Amino acid sequence: MDKYLVSPNPHTHSSVSTRSLMRDVLIALAPASVVSVLVYGWAELSIIASSVAFCVLLEWAVTRWLLKKPSTIGDLSAAVTGLLLALNLPSSTPIWIVLVGAVVAIGVAKMSFGGLGQNIFNPAITARVFLLISFPQQMTDWTPSPGFIHASDAISGATLLGKYSEGGVDELVRLGYDPNNLSMFMEIGGSAGEISAALLLLGFVYLLVRKVVKPWIPLSIFATVALMSGIFNMVDPEIYTGPVFNLCTGGLILGACFMATDYVTSPMSNWGGVIYGVGIGVIVMLVRYFGSYPEGVSFAILIMNMATPLLNKLCHQKKYGRA
Amino acid sequence: MSKKVTFSIGGIHPDDNKISRNCAIEVLPLPGTMYVSMAQHLGAPAKPVVAVGDKVLTGQVIAEPGGFISAFVHSPASGTVKSIGPRKDLAGNPMTHIEIEVEGDEWVEGVDLSDTLVTEIPADSAAILDKIKSCGVVGLGGATFPTHVKLNPGPQARPECLILNGAECEPFLTSDYRILLEKTREIIVGAAIMQKVLGGIRTVIAIEENKPEAIKAVKAALAELPYDNITVLTMKKRYPQGGEKQLIDAVMKRQVKSGALPVSVGAVVQNVGTSLAVYEAVQKNKPLITNVLTVTGDCLPEEKQHNYLFRIGMPLSYIAEVAGGIPETAAKIVSGGPMMGKAVANADASTVKGSSSILYLSEAFTKRGEESACIRCGRCADACPMGLEPFLLRRLYNAGDLEALEENAVQDCIECGCCLYSCPANIPLLDNIRMAKGQVMAAIRSRAKK
Amino acid sequence: MNSTILWTILILAGLGLLLSVVLFVVAKKFKVEEDPRIDEVEKVMPGANCGGCGFAGCRAFAEAAVKAPDLDNNFCPVGGNAVMSKVAAILGYEIKEKAPQVAVVRCNGSCSNRPVVNVYDGARSCKVKAALYSGDTLCSYGCVGCGDCVAACAFGALSMNPETGLPEVDESRCTSCGACVKACPKSIIELRDKGPRGMREFVCCVNRDKGPAARKACAAACIGCGLCARTCTRGAIVIEDNVAYIDSAKCKLCRECEAVCPTGAIHGVNFPKELDKAAVKERIKNRATVNKEEQK
Repeated sequence: MDKYLVSPNPHTHSSVSTRSLMRDVLIALAPASVVSVLVYGWAELSIIASSVAFCVLLEWAVTRWLLKKPSTIGDLSAAVTGLLLALNLPSSTPIWIVLVGAVVAIGVAKMSFGGLGQNIFNPAITARVFLLISFPQQMTDWTPSPGFIHASDAISGATLLGKYSEGGVDELVRLGYDPNNLSMFMEIGGSAGEISAALLLLGFVYLLVRKVVKPWIPLSIFATVALMSGIFNMVDPEIYTGPVFNLCTGGLILGACFMATDYVTSPMSNWGGVIYGVGIGVIVMLVRYFGSYPEGVSFAILIMNMATPLLNKLCHQKKYGRA
Repeated sequence: MSKKVTFSIGGIHPDDNKISRNCAIEVLPLPGTMYVSMAQHLGAPAKPVVAVGDKVLTGQVIAEPGGFISAFVHSPASGTVKSIGPRKDLAGNPMTHIEIEVEGDEWVEGVDLSDTLVTEIPADSAAILDKIKSCGVVGLGGATFPTHVKLNPGPQARPECLILNGAECEPFLTSDYRILLEKTREIIVGAAIMQKVLGGIRTVIAIEENKPEAIKAVKAALAELPYDNITVLTMKKRYPQGGEKQLIDAVMKRQVKSGALPVSVGAVVQNVGTSLAVYEAVQKNKPLITNVLTVTGDCLPEEKQHNYLFRIGMPLSYIAEVAGGIPETAAKIVSGGPMMGKAVANADASTVKGSSSILYLSEAFTKRGEESACIRCGRCADACPMGLEPFLLRRLYNAGDLEALEENAVQDCIECGCCLYSCPANIPLLDNIRMAKGQVMAAIRSRAKK
Repeated sequence: MNSTILWTILILAGLGLLLSVVLFVVAKKFKVEEDPRIDEVEKVMPGANCGGCGFAGCRAFAEAAVKAPDLDNNFCPVGGNAVMSKVAAILGYEIKEKAPQVAVVRCNGSCSNRPVVNVYDGARSCKVKAALYSGDTLCSYGCVGCGDCVAACAFGALSMNPETGLPEVDESRCTSCGACVKACPKSIIELRDKGPRGMREFVCCVNRDKGPAARKACAAACIGCGLCARTCTRGAIVIEDNVAYIDSAKCKLCRECEAVCPTGAIHGVNFPKELDKAAVKERIKNRATVNKEEQK
């Protein structure tokens, strides 16, 4: 080389890049995705494939023709959004609804704000909520599609949270579930991502080990949910479900570990993250106990997304030599 | 084994790459011509006191301090002054250099060139400080701050602890490690001299855990030597442990207030290299014209790596040639460590007192990646050892908001490079923050003047 | 149903009335007395808020202009004499006419003239690059090419020419606000008198190195040879620190300096005809012989 590089310091860089971070998220989501394909079969596979493909294609198209900038699909963030969206949909969702979801996620929630890093709301959650409100029937039909392996206790029609929302604790007991003694490893009917709590947690542990995310947000969500449901459950177990039920059901694990921890839309400081997590936990439990929707994780994350800029302003990390 | 210490905020763990750790120090032969820069130190450049055509001896004063914060410069060889004028420095900017045509290595009188260890410390502190000043000793940890100024913190100051910085937390560099191994006892005597000047305070030699042989050697030498109140402290490996403020935090569990001097919390930090220079100045009457420099890099095979005892004024290109040429795959030449060193824009620049390495880095290792959008992951803030929020500072700089920059403590930045190192989007955080810091510091200074 | 509508209207109307009273009271109570001329001056300003006058914006300029005893130190470069005469009329001051100016880039170190010796790999910012080192060529005075001036221009008058790597000024858009002058860390850009029909002569180099060094760094550098200064009959050219400078007030646009410059560092722009170097040189030669004969 005859011409040497010159730059300010530092002259080296860590191996971490946006792409490697997003790849780690995809890896972390892989086991749960595989199991949901095994359980729900071709239908689930087509949803995942189409969701990822639509999201990536849309981002490419927007950068190419609307923004006229270099494509950003290489950072894999569109693929992550696509996969998360797919894991949030029932396996019976028609493909055209998936397409609508992708348009909302990438087109509305992400690119119209200026692309990665500029969006206020988590794209996958925004799309899910949009679909839930626009197509309530399709979005709450949890009839399991025929899978490649036999899923034992999958109940038809609605999730456990849906049953609870309809008929309270009695309904759960009538169906043969002990709401205070759910196994973490049983397959709970619901959106694909909801059926395998253990695998999702495994993926999250991978992210923690790789130092992709910090544990404070999910931990504070779990703690808040456990504490709130524990107190309510103690007051009246006949009406309010308990901590284990609330931790294991619904999209809580998927939401807390993978969507609430989205860098862009969550606070950057540790304490900001804790407040954010507590806020999500409280809203989730309020929706579950008192709201008309059976599940509130999406709403909770969206609402707390709005608080993120404020939390970033309020919570700063400790500076050296400044008490 | 006592507990390993480290600083409390931020920091990163780059691969330490100490490839040249086993290369013993070799003495570089003198080149035909040497160019001695007048900017060997922090502060005002020195003023030449020789004229073209003058004969000079090795160790003779050729320039005197150009201000309160400045230092003497001595001739690195004996010969004739050929010219005094501007020559390009490392960054390609002109600086006054004294060109010396080398004729030999004849020293001025009164310098003890033997290897005998002198352990008896002079009684008069003022005389010691004078000696340190007249021998042109400056801090060799990077900042090259004149040592006599630092060791004389004024009557109000209450120094409590002298910290000898042997962290060498920069990857690749091994010069401090080698002198800790090869000049162990001299360094300890130097520490004892500085300890005495500061009033016999507690003295800690702080070394990172990745240098166990050095720790062992210093412990053994301490047991032999007749000095009290000097101990060794093992630190965890973490960058930037060798930063003055971080080191004080690690060793004393105290933090220096923004804008204050380390001595405000009772700390005086000196590099191990400085300690060696102090020993040679005080005990041997030898001015600071030599230092140890590592020739290393990721694209240099191990057998071509060296630790050299160089003289100031040797052109980098000369040293590179003696060491066997510049490797084909080198994409960047750096003087100093890969985190805080300076990229060499002019390979003909000459060495100065603070030169610590010639680093050959490959393109894969050093080229910056394409900048992309900030994903607000907060890694820069996690890595910042000063607890700053680089992403925010950069935004404020782009908005030109000096007031907010000052509120968010941009002036505390130590330019360690952790933010840029850890940014997954390759955003040139430090590049911008350094500019912002300069502007805010200028504003603070002009306010102080009023 | 009707009562609902009625109530709604009543409540809204009541609310509106209440708030308007509050607004009225607040506006009365906290009214800041301002010189009405500030508003008048602001109205005639261009409203670009470019900061070219040295104030934060047009309003700040108006405030300063109203306060100042005369207009000597306050000039809106964007609006020029037209705006300033309006301002003067409002404030009752007299103004001195200023010749219209334009930004001039004084570096011709294009990729072909100035060999690149290293590759800059830091932030794309002239400020960062200039603070770091002398630049990616051997010339430590010239343009570093990261386009800070382009970013600073609020009028889109500057653009980087990808072929030369140098900024170019679109004279029709340049308002001579001076933002680029401030943005350039190398002080290459100068506001010069626009000249009659835009014709002007200037030295397109700021290299203060001695001749050989300057020449080595850049084929189009001013080497400080002094040929232009000796040729100029008006005494408009001075050589200082090895670089020539043309005083536009004294220059009569004869283009002789341009013709004799050995490196082509002197540029003449907007002249209707291309410079016939040979003819001009012939003219100088003849004049010299005439002078000699006269002396005899």
